[in-house]
Amino acid sequence: MSAPSPLRGWLRPHRLVMLALALGIVLWAVLAGDWAWLPKYTPLLLKGLGTTLAILAESVILGAAVALPIGLVQVTGPRWLSAPAQLFCTVIRGTPLLLQLWLLYYGIGSLFPMIPGIRGSFLWPYLREAWPYGLAALTISFAAYEGEVMRGAFAGVPRGELQAGRAFGMSPLKLFWRIWLPRALYRALPTLNGEMVLQLKSTPLVATITVVDLYGVISRVRSATLLTYEPLLLLALIYLILTALMVAIFRFFENRLPTRGA
Amino acid sequence: MKKQIVTLLVAGLAAVSGATVAAADPVKVGIAAEPYPPFTVPDAAGNWSGWEIDFMNAVCAQAKLDCVLTPVAWDGIIPALTSGKIDMIIASMSVTPERKQVIDFTDGYYRSKAVVIGLKDMTFDATPAALADKILGVQVGTIHQAYAQKHFAPEGTTLREYQTQDEANADLAAGRVDAVQADEITLRDFLASEAGQACCDLKGVVESDPEIMAEDAGIGLRKEDTELKDKLNAAIKAIRENGTYAAFNAKYFDFDIY
Amino acid sequence: MDQTFWQLLALAPPGWGGVLLTGLAHSLEIAVGGYLLGLILGVGGAVGKLYGNEIVRDLMETYTIVVRAVPELVLILLLYYAGTDALNRLMAALGRSPVDISGLAAGIFVIGVVQGAYATEVIRGAIKAIPAGEIEAGRAYGMPGGLLLRRVTLPAMLPHALPGLANLWLIATKDTALLAVVGFSELTLVTRQAAGATKHYMLFFLAAGALYLALTLVSNIAIARIEKWARRGMPQVHA
Repeated sequence: MSAPSPLRGWLRPHRLVMLALALGIVLWAVLAGDWAWLPKYTPLLLKGLGTTLAILAESVILGAAVALPIGLVQVTGPRWLSAPAQLFCTVIRGTPLLLQLWLLYYGIGSLFPMIPGIRGSFLWPYLREAWPYGLAALTISFAAYEGEVMRGAFAGVPRGELQAGRAFGMSPLKLFWRIWLPRALYRALPTLNGEMVLQLKSTPLVATITVVDLYGVISRVRSATLLTYEPLLLLALIYLILTALMVAIFRFFENRLPTRGA
Repeated sequence: MKKQIVTLLVAGLAAVSGATVAAADPVKVGIAAEPYPPFTVPDAAGNWSGWEIDFMNAVCAQAKLDCVLTPVAWDGIIPALTSGKIDMIIASMSVTPERKQVIDFTDGYYRSKAVVIGLKDMTFDATPAALADKILGVQVGTIHQAYAQKHFAPEGTTLREYQTQDEANADLAAGRVDAVQADEITLRDFLASEAGQACCDLKGVVESDPEIMAEDAGIGLRKEDTELKDKLNAAIKAIRENGTYAAFNAKYFDFDIY
Repeated sequence: MDQTFWQLLALAPPGWGGVLLTGLAHSLEIAVGGYLLGLILGVGGAVGKLYGNEIVRDLMETYTIVVRAVPELVLILLLYYAGTDALNRLMAALGRSPVDISGLAAGIFVIGVVQGAYATEVIRGAIKAIPAGEIEAGRAYGMPGGLLLRRVTLPAMLPHALPGLANLWLIATKDTALLAVVGFSELTLVTRQAAGATKHYMLFFLAAGALYLALTLVSNIAIARIEKWARRGMPQVHA
């Protein structure tokens, strides 16, 4: 991929043949498959795409916000804070997300009939919906994985830099905001892309608790048309494009950041 | 060296699948891998029991087939049949024109109406107008989903689609949905349960729509397996006539569901 | 509510503990099988990417990119149905009778294909971390490719690959839960069935969580030992 001219890299004969083959397969899928359902479901697919992207963005932002303190207390916090943070990371990272999701949604749901007056509470409209549980599960999961990354990032900031700050007479708080946090974020940034791709790939699980995301729309198509491959292939293609876009956007920003001394 | 890797790979795959390459004799019967009382119920010993399991045993014995129970996910049960993972479907599947375009069915072996049940503290019936402002739970890939999609959703009903009927019922008991539409027999079983008695009651039978709905449940088969179809049809007829059907039916119901 | 929690989790019926443990055994079977298949694919993929010709390299690149970009859930559905279908069509084209693929074999296949893509990257990175001199020395002795791979490259890359491969094992154990969606009776699906049949959702999901967690913790201990063994004789590194 590091050929002098990327275009020339693509124009080598075997790649042209492979490209032609790939196009041929796509063309065959388009012609041989049954795509009559596509126009009817396009608006729904776009809506599902919106849900997928929204739940991805929300869970990443909320999860990163939780991950910061979780990473920090494990490096510098007192034991009564670092131990629970470590336990949280171990438990969440040690169990499947699908199970966590079902525990949150059906487990908590099964407790509702035992709580009197819950249907009158102001929380009820949210408790009834499925997406808050999906968002919660994805946020918790992201916080645990990213918390582990942040722990390493906080621990990895060279001591000399912190000592230099102290030598300047910075207060601990100022030292944190001016040096420790920015340097740790800088170290954690390269992993963020990979973590976000993994998070995107986790989002379809929310369809199993009735959230209608991209995957949910496709599973509705599958049941309505009784087609096996066409909807799934389209779905795989959409995720492929989403991942490619995400990687491209990150690469664009990474190139704008100075990389010296990372 | 590349050859070695390929050989190793092929050997590995063969070892994995080798044990399972068997004679085409046993017939794999697909059931939905979920509790669907009183038709299919998993028990604590890891076995399945219920009306439909008894039916399967009776039909297979009658047709002299060596049937192997194979639980698969309901929303993939038709692909499982067409791709050869299973050979027939006994999963309370209604014989609809839509499904008939993809797979074949035997004659019906039981009948059930489509009903709506709902929370006790609400009063409504199973009409589009009454359900317009309600949240309705249905199982994905069922005639009820198709029906609600066609008749209720355009009026404003919010649909929630569940992978299993059991989960739709659980969410009704939790109050997350106002109503659930499904087959009458299984919903009556739920209403008779502890959770069902506490939360819900029968709201009504939905108006029929023969285009997408059918009351008959049949055994799903691949279209090319006509020989198997004839065998099974003869077996269903025979167990109806020789009293086997009535015998196991009486274990579950005080009326004939045929 | 007429049964206590412990009665529900008892190993013998009417407790569901035995069913859960059988599910765990199935999960483990698939995780082990899928992981081993993934390792084989990973070694093949890494060797192909590093030493193959342009076409092999591009093919491997496509494989790893596609598998790592598409959600496991979607891949599992596609491979689970399409994999069997394709194989049987191939058999028909070759004039042989259709193969009966068990759920277990299909599960191992899909987990293995997914694992293989990640393993390819881990092993490729590890092979690149071997000092070039070690491989050159092997060549200088006149070792043929296969012997070189077996005697030098693979053992030398092992310490570098272990952290990544250990992580992949943990992912494999958790990815087996996704097979619940295609109806394979592994731990998560039997848990869902037990929860649905008894209405004790919280209890059974927590119990299954404890089993998965125990598996992870036991794995971690084993991994630490293996890493210590593989790094024997190497200088201590402090992360």
